[in-house]
Amino acid sequence: MYALVAGGGKAGSNVARSLTGMGHEVTLIEQRPYRFAQLESEFEHQVQQGDATELFVLERAGIGRPPDLVVALTGDDEDNLIICQIAKERYGVPKTIARVNDPRNQAHFDLLGISPTICATTSIMALIEHEVPEHQLVHLLELRKENLEIVEVQIGKDSPSAGKKVERLSLPEGSRLISVMRNGKAEIAVGATELQPGDQVLAILEPGKEDELRRVLLKR
Amino acid sequence: MKVIIVGCGRVGSSIALQLDGEGWNVVAIDEKEEALSRLGSHWNGGFIVGHGMDVDVLRAAGIEEADAVVVATNGDNTNLVIGQVAQKRFDIQCVVVRVLDPARADFYQSLGLRTVSPTKTAIQVLTDAVRACEVPTREPAEART
Repeated sequence: MYALVAGGGKAGSNVARSLTGMGHEVTLIEQRPYRFAQLESEFEHQVQQGDATELFVLERAGIGRPPDLVVALTGDDEDNLIICQIAKERYGVPKTIARVNDPRNQAHFDLLGISPTICATTSIMALIEHEVPEHQLVHLLELRKENLEIVEVQIGKDSPSAGKKVERLSLPEGSRLISVMRNGKAEIAVGATELQPGDQVLAILEPGKEDELRRVLLKR
Repeated sequence: MKVIIVGCGRVGSSIALQLDGEGWNVVAIDEKEEALSRLGSHWNGGFIVGHGMDVDVLRAAGIEEADAVVVATNGDNTNLVIGQVAQKRFDIQCVVVRVLDPARADFYQSLGLRTVSPTKTAIQVLTDAVRACEVPTREPAEART
C-alpha cells in the first residue's frame, strides 16, 4: 500500500514509522523547517518539506498516483479538512483519515463528508463516560456513515426493564438490543431474553434516540 | 440586505466600510477586538469578536438572516472551510471567499465556491503593467563604452 501522511508531529511520525515497519510505502510531509530536519535524519527520502495543503507539494509527494490512503494529522483542523477534501475530490484518493484537534470542529468534517475522523478529546470523553457509571448510557461506537451508534447500558435494581422479557419492552423505533452480558458471559438478545439487574446490555440505535431508550430501560 | 464579513483586517474592514456606505446592513467578525478600530470611530454596523469556524459566533452575527457572506481572514484553509459552512450549512447563496493560493482558488471554484484570488489578480496586473511600460531600446553594452 502507498500512504501519504501529512503532518510530522508525534502522531504523524509514529504513524509513518509504524506503516513503514509493516512494509508499506510511506511519504511524510512536514512544513516546519526545524522539525523537518529532525525527521529527515530518520526518514531520509521518505519525508518531504512543504505545506501539505498546497497542490504542488502534494503532487511532488505523489498524490497523483494516487495513494491508497491519505492521513491528515496536522495540528490545524482546517488544514486536515482541506487536505482530505483535495485528496478525495481532486485526486480520487480512495481512503482518507483526518485528525480533529478541536471537537467543536467535528461538525464541519461531517458536513463536508470527511470521514473517518479521529479526535483525542472525544475518545478520552468516551472513556470517562465508560468509567463514570452515572452517565448510564455509554457510547461505544459511532457508525457515522450508517447513521447508527452502539451504546452500552447497565440495568439497575430499580430499572423498569429489570425482570422483563425483551419482547415486552416498548423500545423506541429505530433501536434494538444486541446482546446481554451477565456474569462475564455474553448472549445475543432475543425476544425471550429476560433482563436482570446488573446486566450489561448493548443496543444499536439511530442517534437522537438515546433519551427514549434510557427511559424504557433505566428510568425509575 | 445583510452581509457578514469574516476577518476584519485590511481587506475585510475596507469591504465592510464600502458596503456599509452603500446601505448594506454589515456585521464584521474578527478574533481580535482591536480589529474594530479599523472600522473607524463612527462605525454603526455590527462587530463580533470570535473565530469564524465557531458556528455559535456565526449565529451571533446573524448568519441565519444574512443575504451574503464575505470570508477574508488571513488563512486560505480557514476561509475555504468557513465559506463551505456558510454555503452548505446555512444555505447562503452569495458566498465570496478570499484564497491567496491561485491553485486552491481554481480548484474550489470548480467545486462551486465563489473564490477570489488576489494573488492571481496581482500577477495579471503586474504583468500587464510591465507590458505597458514604454522601455527605450538600450544600446548594446560595447557601444556605450
